Amino acid sequence: MSWLWSNLDLVGELILVHLALSVPAIILSFVVSVPIGWLAHRYRWSRGVLLSLCGLLYAIPSLALLIALPTVTGFSVLSPVNLVVALTLYGIAVIVRTSADAFDAVERDVRQSATAIGYSEVGRFWGVDLPLAGPVLLSGLRVVIVSTVSLATIGAVTGVQSLGSLFTDGLQRGIEAEIIAGIIATIGLALLLDWAAVLLGRVLMPWTAGGRTARRRLLVTGGSGQVESV
Amino acid sequence: MNLILEGIAWVLDPANWTGVGSIPQRLGEHLLITAIVLAIAAAIALPIGVLIGHTGRGRDLAVMLSGGLRALPTLGVLALFGLWLGIGLSAPILALVILAIPPLLAGAYAGFESVDRRTIDSARAVGMRERQIVGKVELPLGLPILVGGIRSATLQIIATATLAAYIADFGLGRFIFHGLKTRDYAEMLGGSMLVIILALVVDGCFALSQRLVVPAGVRATRSPELRSGPARPRAAVGQPSTEGNQE
Repeated sequence: MSWLWSNLDLVGELILVHLALSVPAIILSFVVSVPIGWLAHRYRWSRGVLLSLCGLLYAIPSLALLIALPTVTGFSVLSPVNLVVALTLYGIAVIVRTSADAFDAVERDVRQSATAIGYSEVGRFWGVDLPLAGPVLLSGLRVVIVSTVSLATIGAVTGVQSLGSLFTDGLQRGIEAEIIAGIIATIGLALLLDWAAVLLGRVLMPWTAGGRTARRRLLVTGGSGQVESV
Repeated sequence: MNLILEGIAWVLDPANWTGVGSIPQRLGEHLLITAIVLAIAAAIALPIGVLIGHTGRGRDLAVMLSGGLRALPTLGVLALFGLWLGIGLSAPILALVILAIPPLLAGAYAGFESVDRRTIDSARAVGMRERQIVGKVELPLGLPILVGGIRSATLQIIATATLAAYIADFGLGRFIFHGLKTRDYAEMLGGSMLVIILALVVDGCFALSQRLVVPAGVRATRSPELRSGPARPRAAVGQPSTEGNQE
């Protein structure tokens, strides 16, 4: 414990560095994977190809990806940008399947009704498909948040500063409290961002706030009524 | 492009294929550790997962464990065990087992839970004992998902075993850490390539076996259209347009 009190500044600083690494990766992977997921949902051939690619990407061990990535991107192994790119790729690999499922989950009846009342393809995507896919997209985002924050610590072994530096430093200097503090801070940060995502989801998708049964009812009966106000 | 060629040249260099710490030795170590860890973790997690999936009791525990442990940073766990148990293989093995248990537990649990309750009730109705239901109904039907759990656990072990070379002298990860230390990019890239190839080959084998374990009866009756079936019964009034979903 005494280690933590005398090193609060360091931990606080590393938390900020860790945020700066993981938040851009989380946002980027979400923004990129929603259109990819939609494409995977839209056509049968693209579904097979895109989901297989994501599966392969996800199978690649993270440390190996960190080392191999610079041959493609040109960034240095030691660069934080390299870590962010790797984290983004993993995030995409995780979330594309969920976002394809999210668009699949939008009922065909609802979609056809939207077209029938005059939504264009683009308008329907923004006004109907995306909001109704929202809750499942959010669940995918939450998985990415937790795994990205945890994975970002691996950069420490290639020399990218993060909360993971507490692990490498603690191991080298034999300070147990430092490693434990790093683990707790990483988990805490993941939970905090997860909570923020849930909160954001409630603000952006107020119709989901009433819990699962209410959401089911809305999706089946009143979903489109809610959607119009979005 | 040059960098990739250097990495390939390193992998193909005959000097790296013989002696202490050669590629075959490291590859063998990597595979051996993966097999040992998988065996231990499976012996612990699969029976528990099967029990939870069969009885439906303790589901919350399974969900919480598999979800919560995702947040646990693997490097931190490795470092902590490395510090506690010192140099040697026991620290990485123990850490790897702990990290491999959640996906295995989730796979076994989800596989058994995916079996249609009506099928299980039918099995019970025709007089099967609980043991028979588990072995002859739930296991074959849930096997593809269970193998999926073993697949993700194995990939995770291979990935984390690479990282575990940070605290112990074994596996393909040694090339990466040695290369990092000596600033030898060809070596770390070569090591990474070997790890990636290993992971993709293992993943491919599991993908194949996941297909093979689908019971013949399920394969025969599986409807050609798995997704986007009508959510509600439809009136039979001609073919509705399939707008929005190409089939």
